[in-house]
Amino acid sequence: MTGTSGSPVLEVDDLAVQFTRRGEQPTRAVDGVSFSVAPGETIGLVGESGCGKSVTSLAIMGLLPQRGVQVTGSVRLDGTELLGAGPRTLRTLRGKDMAMVFQDPLSSLNPTVTVGTQVTEVLAEHRDMTGRAAQDEATELLDRVGIPDPRRRLGEYPHQLSGGMRQRALIAMALACSPRLLIADEPTTALDVTIQAQILELLRELVQGSGTALVMITHDLGVVAGLCDRVHVMYAGRVIETADRRPLFATPRHPYTGGLLGSVPRLDTGRGTPLTPIRGSARDTIPWSQGCAFAPRCDNAEDDCLTEVSGSTVPLEADGLRRELRCRHPLHATPAAAGAPAGATAASSAGASAGSPSTGSSSWSSSEGQQS
Amino acid sequence: MTVTTPRPGAGRRDRIDELAARAGQLSDGDGGESLLRSAVRRLRRNPVAILGAVIVVAFLLVALFAPLLAPRDPYAQSLLSEVRQGSIPGSRDGYLLGVDQLGRDVLSRLLYGSRQSLLIGVVSTVLGAVLGMALGILAGGLGGKVDTVVMRFVDILLSIPGLLMAISISVLLGASQLSLMIAIAVTQVPVFARLLRGSMLVQRDSDYALAARALGVRRRRIVFGHVLPNSLSPVIVQATLSLATAIIEAAALSFLGLGDPDISRPEWGAMLASAQSVLSIRPELAIYPALCIIVVALGFTLLGEALREALDPKFRR
Repeated sequence: MTGTSGSPVLEVDDLAVQFTRRGEQPTRAVDGVSFSVAPGETIGLVGESGCGKSVTSLAIMGLLPQRGVQVTGSVRLDGTELLGAGPRTLRTLRGKDMAMVFQDPLSSLNPTVTVGTQVTEVLAEHRDMTGRAAQDEATELLDRVGIPDPRRRLGEYPHQLSGGMRQRALIAMALACSPRLLIADEPTTALDVTIQAQILELLRELVQGSGTALVMITHDLGVVAGLCDRVHVMYAGRVIETADRRPLFATPRHPYTGGLLGSVPRLDTGRGTPLTPIRGSARDTIPWSQGCAFAPRCDNAEDDCLTEVSGSTVPLEADGLRRELRCRHPLHATPAAAGAPAGATAASSAGASAGSPSTGSSSWSSSEGQQS
Repeated sequence: MTVTTPRPGAGRRDRIDELAARAGQLSDGDGGESLLRSAVRRLRRNPVAILGAVIVVAFLLVALFAPLLAPRDPYAQSLLSEVRQGSIPGSRDGYLLGVDQLGRDVLSRLLYGSRQSLLIGVVSTVLGAVLGMALGILAGGLGGKVDTVVMRFVDILLSIPGLLMAISISVLLGASQLSLMIAIAVTQVPVFARLLRGSMLVQRDSDYALAARALGVRRRRIVFGHVLPNSLSPVIVQATLSLATAIIEAAALSFLGLGDPDISRPEWGAMLASAQSVLSIRPELAIYPALCIIVVALGFTLLGEALREALDPKFRR
């Protein structure tokens, strides 16, 4: 499915997460999500708050609470099935073979414990390193993620570090055992724009250097444009569009993807030009069983978007080369040739600047700037 | 801008320099400072904390050096030689606060009495805190069924009024100093257990606990290395406040005759009880020990409240 060589590090197949609460209708936070990540590849899970991105990542890591949560489907890390694995197995895998970086670097670090202790505890857990050796390795790790004066920083508390440095420290901890898979759950959301760019660059360097598979969870299309090879757009718990980065930005097919790209403020439009937000909010959905969940907010929606008219749920279907789409009335009616140079269609599309065929770094740093 | 007119701007410039220097100090002071140390720094700026600390320290010093401070032997009965019917205790030459019914020096007895209060207060609070925290860690750390069982047990303990339970236990164990301490400790256990468990539950759902789990850190290490240290501040506050309660309860139990069977030993509660019989003629015999109890309890309470503020992140800076 992914064109990259080598067997995938992570294969998620038909993953569904259902929350049940006594006396309430069960809610499906994630519904039939499938994707895979190859070594060294970066994929993006994109969507608004509440679309199931974070729940997907927690389900992969086995970090969802036991009670009231039903996880079905299949999650394989290097061929090993993770769903249904015992807590002990999962714990030894976490931190060693798969790691995660969270959104808020301040609250993700224990305020009462020094940074050094928190880094060395990972080393003690998975690499049996203690004392001097662990200290030296921790210094080395902090140095590798670009924290100046790492030895002094080891003895400091999280509140003494700047936001960017905290996130660097967390990345250092996540990469301490060179995991096969790194999940980054909106790692730059809590940071300044300039720091965001640095952190993204750091992630990219570290991932490319080591062949780690990176799953980037974000609502920031700038991040996607800069970092991801392949993008899965999620809405209301389901993947609605999957494509490689450039085709996606050049010719978004799903109206929701188009809306996301259209609602990003851009520097090259004139002052006073109104932004085009997506109508309504993520709460205005209908269950997938009754039709397309995005239909209530969709400008392209027609009667057959509802199940009772068309008689079937909207399927996720192949849409050109290496693309999948869950929509009956997509944008860009002619399925844009994904193989065609992105620049050819870029001018006509909403995400043109980010998808332009110039080098990735220059284009995404400009879209970074637009986020502020 | 550095270029300013010499005279009129001087005052403002100095002020800005001062502010800048102070800002520098703040960030400097922040460097290498743990949460505990910054709490101590905030405590030292709080007048309530200082008042409480002065009372507590004075109480500790008195208890420690009672034999040196007391002008007379607290057991010596000066009236023994001249005992006669209708003799009235009270002021006497050479006795600063007078003598009691048996002619013993009230001041010396008050000074010695502080030792009993301190001993009972500290031992019972430590005992109660240790047991309560053990239950709290069990419930808050393991969760699930263990949590349910432990917390129901704690709820049962909590549903019995403290003093009533203390009385029952000291009656059950027989009147002795040890049983008094155990009785008071048991009344403290549920408070500490509930407090620590609640605080641990909040911390267990915190981002850093999740982040530690995502890194594969084992549960024991998360509970003791991450969750517990972050849950301790309410317990420290409660321990300080509990000392006040323990001292009052100890006095109350002695007052009821459930304390030390050796009634000649100076103890504030027992002094209060024996002053009852002469309350109408010599009220000061009751007032002195009562005042001691109130002031010491107040001291611990003030310190506890100030600690709560200092350790509360919402009040920080």
